[in-house]
Amino acid sequence: MSMQELYFNIDNGYLEGLVRGFKGGILKRADYANLVQCETLEDLKLHLASTDYGNFLANEPSPLTVNVIDDKLKEKMVIEFQHMRNHAVEPLCTFMDFITYSYMIDNIVLLITGTLHQRPISELITKCHPLGSFEQMEAIHVAATPAELYNAILIDTPLAPFFVDCISEQDLDELNIEIIRNTLYKAYLEAFYDFCSQLGGTTSEFMCKALEFEADRRAFIITINSFGTELTKDDRSKLYPRCGKLHPDGLAALARADDYDQVRAVAEYYAEYKPLFEGAGNNPGDKTLEDKFFEHEVELNVNAFMQQFHFGVFYAYIKLKEQECRNIVWIAECVAQRHRTKIDNYIPIL
Amino acid sequence: MSLYWYGGHSGFIFLVLVLVGVYYALSGQGYRFDFGWFLTETSPYMWANLGVGLTISLSVVGAAWGIFTTGSSIIGGGVKAPRIRTKNLISIIFCEAVAIYGIIMAIVMLQIIEPFEADSATTQVRRANYMAGYSLFGAGLTVGMCNLFCGFCVGIVGSGAALADAQNPNLFVKVLIVEIFASVIGLFGVIVGIIQTSKITMGNKAK
Repeated sequence: MSMQELYFNIDNGYLEGLVRGFKGGILKRADYANLVQCETLEDLKLHLASTDYGNFLANEPSPLTVNVIDDKLKEKMVIEFQHMRNHAVEPLCTFMDFITYSYMIDNIVLLITGTLHQRPISELITKCHPLGSFEQMEAIHVAATPAELYNAILIDTPLAPFFVDCISEQDLDELNIEIIRNTLYKAYLEAFYDFCSQLGGTTSEFMCKALEFEADRRAFIITINSFGTELTKDDRSKLYPRCGKLHPDGLAALARADDYDQVRAVAEYYAEYKPLFEGAGNNPGDKTLEDKFFEHEVELNVNAFMQQFHFGVFYAYIKLKEQECRNIVWIAECVAQRHRTKIDNYIPIL
Repeated sequence: MSLYWYGGHSGFIFLVLVLVGVYYALSGQGYRFDFGWFLTETSPYMWANLGVGLTISLSVVGAAWGIFTTGSSIIGGGVKAPRIRTKNLISIIFCEAVAIYGIIMAIVMLQIIEPFEADSATTQVRRANYMAGYSLFGAGLTVGMCNLFCGFCVGIVGSGAALADAQNPNLFVKVLIVEIFASVIGLFGVIVGIIQTSKITMGNKAK
């Protein structure tokens, strides 16, 4: 009896209309064409003022730096997200919380690393992503031993379930921080996937596809990045999220891979991933594999807006806004450094 | 509420009914399930007034459903695209039309209802009154259910129209055509209902 179209608008109609309005403000190709022609960052600021961003840089002291632009772009996205999150009820609010958990994982790893290197808390807090902030961020810094750190994280953060299942107290002490990050992310992705499948309907149709791609992309990236490091194949295969299309055969093959060509051979078996590997390369004219992955992700996320009455639009909006931030920062860097050869390497969204 | 919950409860109720039926059949009391007795003993007024009630209430539920579905999308879309606010009130008007059909039919139907003397009625009068009762119930169901689904449909399409209009103003008229087709189905219900109630009369002079 889940005729979502009939019941969706009771709780979520206003927010869906709002997020589609926000999506209409995402920069189009014409806007990017304008931005690429800027000579200085002040020009960039002027061009951005005529888009949905408006005068967001108005109060910044000159000279502008790319970091400031990046922060303000993120701030706008965070304000929009928080506004929608404040208006949401179940199950949308749990869904939106899941979206923020990935930023929380990055923040926690940042704080743990900073604590271990004795950095001051104020410096660390400013580096954290605002979407992933939670109340007890300061508590992590106060912890003196790994045991206290573990307890602080376990009790106070919403990420506790992801810690409990896979990381024990000794692990925090011994394991490399990157392994902790990837283990947490794996647990988070699988939990998000289960939550979306259980929601059913169009939401699960779209979200499961998006999360499967995310899981497979992480598997590929982890494999490629682990060549030449001391990560064993067993440890590597423990980091692969199991909710993607590659599970179980592709992941087993990836676990055995020794170099880039073998990874590419695994991708040949999957119709969606074969073209991503084909065009990629490290030569000057090619796109990198990361770029192809981003392009594919943008394609998937734009499709979320083709259907009504599902939660996927909120997830897709955040991902598209992130890509837009990356694009603008890339263009800004090229402009600031006056190195315009690769300025067209942004990924157009609409 | 999962499918298992629904399946379990309805299976249980079905089992109880089957057991009661089997008990009656096997103990020679099958004659007690007399549908004809039920139809002749219940008053035609019950059927008639149920029909009137169904007309207005189901139509109003359909209209209300459509209005909130469309209205929340108009409000959401109107934040970033304020120009859609006035034009999209047409969708709300289509939904409201569904409720108007319901109340018109209800008034037409309840004008027909008249008391009659059950004891001194001839067979012809009795037959006419019973037919009127059943017809009014049928018409009520027709109009009510048609308007209910019409309201659902107009609401969902209206919501799509508002959000499409917010992105691209050229789309509004195209989606409105779909909405017009959606609202016609409520009209079909009213037409059939009118025909169903056109030849009936109630009261002591009924034919």
